[in-house]
Amino acid sequence: MEWLYILMPIAGVKIFWPGLIILGIGVGIIGGFFGMGGAWMVTPGLNILGFPMAFAIGTDIAHMAGKSLISTMRHGRFGNVDYKLGFIMLVGTIVGFEAGAQMIMWLERMGNVEIIVRYLYLILLAFITWMVFSDVYKRNKKEREAIAAGKEIDKLATGIEWHKTFQKIKIPPMIHLKTAGIYCSAWLPIMVSFITGWLAGILGIGGGLIRMPSLIYIIGCPTYIAVGTDLFEVMISGLYGAATYTFKGRTELLAALIMLVGAAVGAQIGTVATKYIKGYGIRIAFGCAVIGCAVSIVLKLIPTYFPSVKVLCDATATVTVLAVVSILSLYIFVKMLAGARKEIASKKAATP
Amino acid sequence: MITLFGKIINLGILAFFLVPHIALAAGGGKDAPIVIVADTRHITGILAWWANLYNESHLYFALLTVAIIPTIGVIFGLIADVIMKKIGIDLRSRELAEH
Repeated sequence: MEWLYILMPIAGVKIFWPGLIILGIGVGIIGGFFGMGGAWMVTPGLNILGFPMAFAIGTDIAHMAGKSLISTMRHGRFGNVDYKLGFIMLVGTIVGFEAGAQMIMWLERMGNVEIIVRYLYLILLAFITWMVFSDVYKRNKKEREAIAAGKEIDKLATGIEWHKTFQKIKIPPMIHLKTAGIYCSAWLPIMVSFITGWLAGILGIGGGLIRMPSLIYIIGCPTYIAVGTDLFEVMISGLYGAATYTFKGRTELLAALIMLVGAAVGAQIGTVATKYIKGYGIRIAFGCAVIGCAVSIVLKLIPTYFPSVKVLCDATATVTVLAVVSILSLYIFVKMLAGARKEIASKKAATP
Repeated sequence: MITLFGKIINLGILAFFLVPHIALAAGGGKDAPIVIVADTRHITGILAWWANLYNESHLYFALLTVAIIPTIGVIFGLIADVIMKKIGIDLRSRELAEH
């Protein structure tokens, strides 16, 4: 079975390459579907495959850049990417990320901030989960009320409507984001991207997990535009991250390329699935992914108070993340398959 | 004005790719304290060349990586386009289902 292992030329370790492809497929599906890089899912997977930690982050970012490019190309074809919004957000994200990274280095010099950062991350994830499910609950309530009144709910109706308040802020210059169908102050996306970038810099994450819901709930993007636009941003920030990490010698390109083979397939599945799963379906699945991420963070926090259970907690955290990846990617794959079958069947029926 | 603004943004982004060491995130401006050297004794061919490039210059290694990743991404994306068209999935439009 030697042929199933490949020697990584830089890290000098032999890796089970089918594992890299499977991981790539899973993360590709989820990334293409939710519009995020998914570093929190890849790192435990690479760890299990025996990848040295020194190369895990850089390799992950390099593959993420390629994967996001594939997904962005596909979302772009569907008209799901608002490039104007993407470029504005990109500037704010880079500035915010650098500010956050500098701030965390300053805090580290003052003392150990790791636990505080993890708690902050956890609070943020709890807030996002609450936001997503509260939105779903409110929309269902509206739907029930509409049915009771003998009406049909507007397809574009949402549960949480914070974006309407934010869009009322008329500080010039005003911009029209045609693809997203939004007219707002330019300061709204700039400030949102700066704050989400700053949070990502402090937490040491890519930021897709925070940016995607912000695009929906604060800026007011339709779900699929938020997914496509966020992926466009992940693509550029991923290339930037790949450049910096590779320059520091922390990228194993061979592993990234093998993962990309799987991710190319996964990203297509995930992106095409957004065509068949409704916006609120994406939001609910996203909420479940956030819960999985939060559980893994809690499991990493427990050994701080009970060091004897560290091994058990680390293993459980890894299993949890991989289980979330497997279940969600399977769900998205099945839905995509069903939607594609339906579409092909209706096309065949339409042809005389 | 908008064109000028666009050019400034593009130049700013380009600077990060051409001069990656100015990036302060991901470890700060200084070099990381650990130096990793690739062991090229047991590898041959393109892998050996790749590992040697890593040992000789991280800059060229980084530039090549940043060029390879999107190129491969575009190739995979285009191949998938062809396959999906053959299957019969419409890649050009989607119905506006929900917000």
